[in-house]
Amino acid sequence: MNSIVTPIKSETLVIIGNGMVGHHCVEQLIERGALAHYDVHVFGEERQRAYDRVHLSEYFGGRDAESLALCEADLYTLHGVHLHLGVQVLEIDRQTREVVTTAGRQAYDRLVLATGSYPFVPPIPGADGSSRLVYRTLDDLDAIRAAAVHARRGVVVGGGLLGLEAANALKSLGLEAHVVEFAPRLMPVQLDAEGGSALRARIEALGVGVHLSRATQEIVPGEEYAYRMNFNDGEFLETDLILFSAGIRPQDALGRSAGLAVAERGGVIIDGDYRTSDPAIFAIGECASWNGSCFGLVAPGYAMARNLAAQLVGEQHDPFAGADMSTKLKLLGVDVGSIGDAHAATPGAKSYRFIDETTGSYRRLVISADGKKVIGAVLVGDNSYYDTLLQYAQNAIALPKDPSSLILPLSDGAPTLGADALPATATICSCHNVSKGAVCCAVDAGCTDLGDLKAETKAGTGCGGCSALLKQVFEHELSARGVAVDKSLCEHFAHTRQELYAIVRVEGVISFDELIARHGRGHTGCEICKPAVGSILASCWNQPITDPALVPLQDTNDTFMANMQKNGTYSVVPRIAGGEITPDKLIALGVVAKKYDLYTKVTGGQRIDLFGAQLHQLPDIWGELIEAGFETGHAYGKSLRTVKSCVGSTWCRYGVQDSVGMAIRLEDRYKGLRAPHKIKFGVSGCTRECAEAQSKDVGVIATEKGWNLYVSGNGGMRPRHAELFATDLDDATLIRFIDRFLMFYIRTADKLQRTSVWRESLEGGLDYLKEVVIDDSLGLAAELEAQMQLVVDRYECEWANALQDPEKLKRFRTFVNDERGDPDIHFVKERGQRRPVHASELHLIPVTEETP
Amino acid sequence: MSQPNALSAPPLSSSRNSNAWSRLCSRQDLVANSGVVAWLDGAQVALFHLPHTPDGEQLFAVENRDPKSGANVVGRGIVGQLKGDLVIASPLYKQHYRLKDGSCVEYPEQRLRVWPVRLNGDVVEIGPLG
Repeated sequence: MNSIVTPIKSETLVIIGNGMVGHHCVEQLIERGALAHYDVHVFGEERQRAYDRVHLSEYFGGRDAESLALCEADLYTLHGVHLHLGVQVLEIDRQTREVVTTAGRQAYDRLVLATGSYPFVPPIPGADGSSRLVYRTLDDLDAIRAAAVHARRGVVVGGGLLGLEAANALKSLGLEAHVVEFAPRLMPVQLDAEGGSALRARIEALGVGVHLSRATQEIVPGEEYAYRMNFNDGEFLETDLILFSAGIRPQDALGRSAGLAVAERGGVIIDGDYRTSDPAIFAIGECASWNGSCFGLVAPGYAMARNLAAQLVGEQHDPFAGADMSTKLKLLGVDVGSIGDAHAATPGAKSYRFIDETTGSYRRLVISADGKKVIGAVLVGDNSYYDTLLQYAQNAIALPKDPSSLILPLSDGAPTLGADALPATATICSCHNVSKGAVCCAVDAGCTDLGDLKAETKAGTGCGGCSALLKQVFEHELSARGVAVDKSLCEHFAHTRQELYAIVRVEGVISFDELIARHGRGHTGCEICKPAVGSILASCWNQPITDPALVPLQDTNDTFMANMQKNGTYSVVPRIAGGEITPDKLIALGVVAKKYDLYTKVTGGQRIDLFGAQLHQLPDIWGELIEAGFETGHAYGKSLRTVKSCVGSTWCRYGVQDSVGMAIRLEDRYKGLRAPHKIKFGVSGCTRECAEAQSKDVGVIATEKGWNLYVSGNGGMRPRHAELFATDLDDATLIRFIDRFLMFYIRTADKLQRTSVWRESLEGGLDYLKEVVIDDSLGLAAELEAQMQLVVDRYECEWANALQDPEKLKRFRTFVNDERGDPDIHFVKERGQRRPVHASELHLIPVTEETP
Repeated sequence: MSQPNALSAPPLSSSRNSNAWSRLCSRQDLVANSGVVAWLDGAQVALFHLPHTPDGEQLFAVENRDPKSGANVVGRGIVGQLKGDLVIASPLYKQHYRLKDGSCVEYPEQRLRVWPVRLNGDVVEIGPLG
């Protein structure tokens, strides 16, 4: 793209500050064509161009400064904006209309202050260097990282939103973290007493020390740690570094020294049009004070930037009228939400409260004196209630008959407000101020794709918190206009997985190319349809997944027949059917793990997982494992994983059947079976259920007379007890029923749908499933059994197959033109084994060993 | 930086300085419709070979490091097509990068470096960073 050349620029606009709000203002000016009129100069005090301060903590999680940047490096130059980074503005000369900077003087016709805020550090004697750190800029974070190198413990002063963020950052640097708060509760601004104590319980459970009602009086040298903080109550706490996060103050020094009107509590005073007491100077974001308040969130800052830009180009704009300070976030992994009048400060306000002390969950609903509207809410532990409550509060929607239902736990999750109940004025995306009406307009204008909608309206592209609601409103509006909501697998197949499965079966399709040529669009596919079709082909025909035509379809885990971990290395899980293993094989596993220095852990499925192998090591490792009698465990596949068993009647005094024998028989039968999602089995030898079979997709529990069969259980994120399906079965009938059940699941489930969700979506429920599987109501039983038998007969260990074929092995090279391993993979020792290095430990690398 | 790097067996009379191209690996090292990774003087280059597309045979060379995870895994992603663009989906967090210029579909601030690359007979040749 060429830069836009504009011959006449009649005015000079100077923006001081290149933070999130200042940058948003520039973006808005560019978008509105303001560069045709203004010569724009932007001054940023920091070295880096504008970056995402909201996600600052990810800097310690491995993201670098560049990936946090809010725009491409050349955006400003491309549009002719002059960006002066690392240049501090020292003074505003209102007489001559110039700003005086460390680099000289710059004249302006109009000036925008977007200087943000600075962290407040209370004057405490002894606070200096590593005992006076703050958490605001990338440079601050570098200082914290440097201070943390030799530290064991870190303390954050301030238990508000930013303080807890900072505590998380210290934790991610490997420090023991503590929070010291002056108020008697955490997040005193957003939470009430009960909410604060629920949050405290959660955070303490994470190993973060919480010290409330404490004021630090002085910092002196410590005995066990570098510093000792002496508190007002005579107590003390020792630490190696101290981070202050005791609130922010508007950065109004420039305005103050230039004689602009400044609010009593700080901030350059603005009117509704963002104008300061000097009509040529505007202020937006955290440095501005409107009606006595400053607004320390991104959404109001963006709203100010957007409206000021519109005003500067003479477009219609909204005067500032305050901002909703409702917020939801995850602090140290704990959901926290605060809406409107969280403290019920409004006269006559009444509250409903829900407290669950066992999980540390708390919810408070504040309603108006007339009992008709939601005016506030507090959430700790579960933010799934937030969207609905916010809509009630923002749009003054009439309360349901029993308002407590809005915060009470429901058996099927949080209550949701139907998309149709929202008025057109309801704000869907508060970051970009997109209303339901705007979504409707886009749909009326012909938008039928969620991605296009986001690109067009920008909804859902800020913090992303509204994504679920946006999708719901969008789909509802489409249906309301008679547009069929697209249930296509992806842009390449206008079919559901079930339909594709039927096509593959009926037409005998054996390759992706054949399927996309006959029934799809394009020629390449994508990462959604390729693995889905790969799975269907495997379920139907069970050809080795490493065949050249099949290998590009597989997810990386299937491609390399191992599980990719966060640093790009793999873990290896050989099959240990039923959890039964001979001492010799156990030794063989140990020998391989030791030889390749693999981190070794016993899995929940009674197997052994070996972590940290590089791509080029996998064939050697598997060569040795196969030599020792192992075969692949399919831990990487959407396929049968394990059949967990208890020791059964062979050894146990209570056992009534040989559960280990049955588990091995089942695992050997269904190993390698590809399905819409992973499948787990359990077999227990008596009703005591030590194998936890009722939490598995297929559970088998021994009885005096045979076996009881349970189906569609699940552990994981949404646990579900398996349902009793048939009782007192003999071995042959048990296997026949499982054959039919699994093949019916494979035939009818959606992609990546576990048996539990599939079973719940079956019309007719469990009774219908029994009719199909037990009574053969569809006349399918023989076919399903035959299909299963084909898969069983074609079983072959994928690793043994691949090792015989040099062509297949050629993919297992870290570099195709070099013998070396990946030089960026580093490990450190922990509890006698190696593990991946954390981003914060990169300074440790010189003393760690690399894999050859 | 954003120069497209899709080339299919260009004529010998390339307008570029032929000295700028160097041998990276051989055609036999490539895996059809999928990725492999080559070492280039300290850089890791993910190569994606699509032998049959409507535009003919295509070869792409992008940076192997996934900016979101910091791991060198891009070469092990799935090749696909999104709204007409050929893309690679990162295997860890599944974000997409356009093969032609390395731009990220979901996170505009992320970008993979791309190299000009071509097949010269059985030799894969790589050019200087665009």
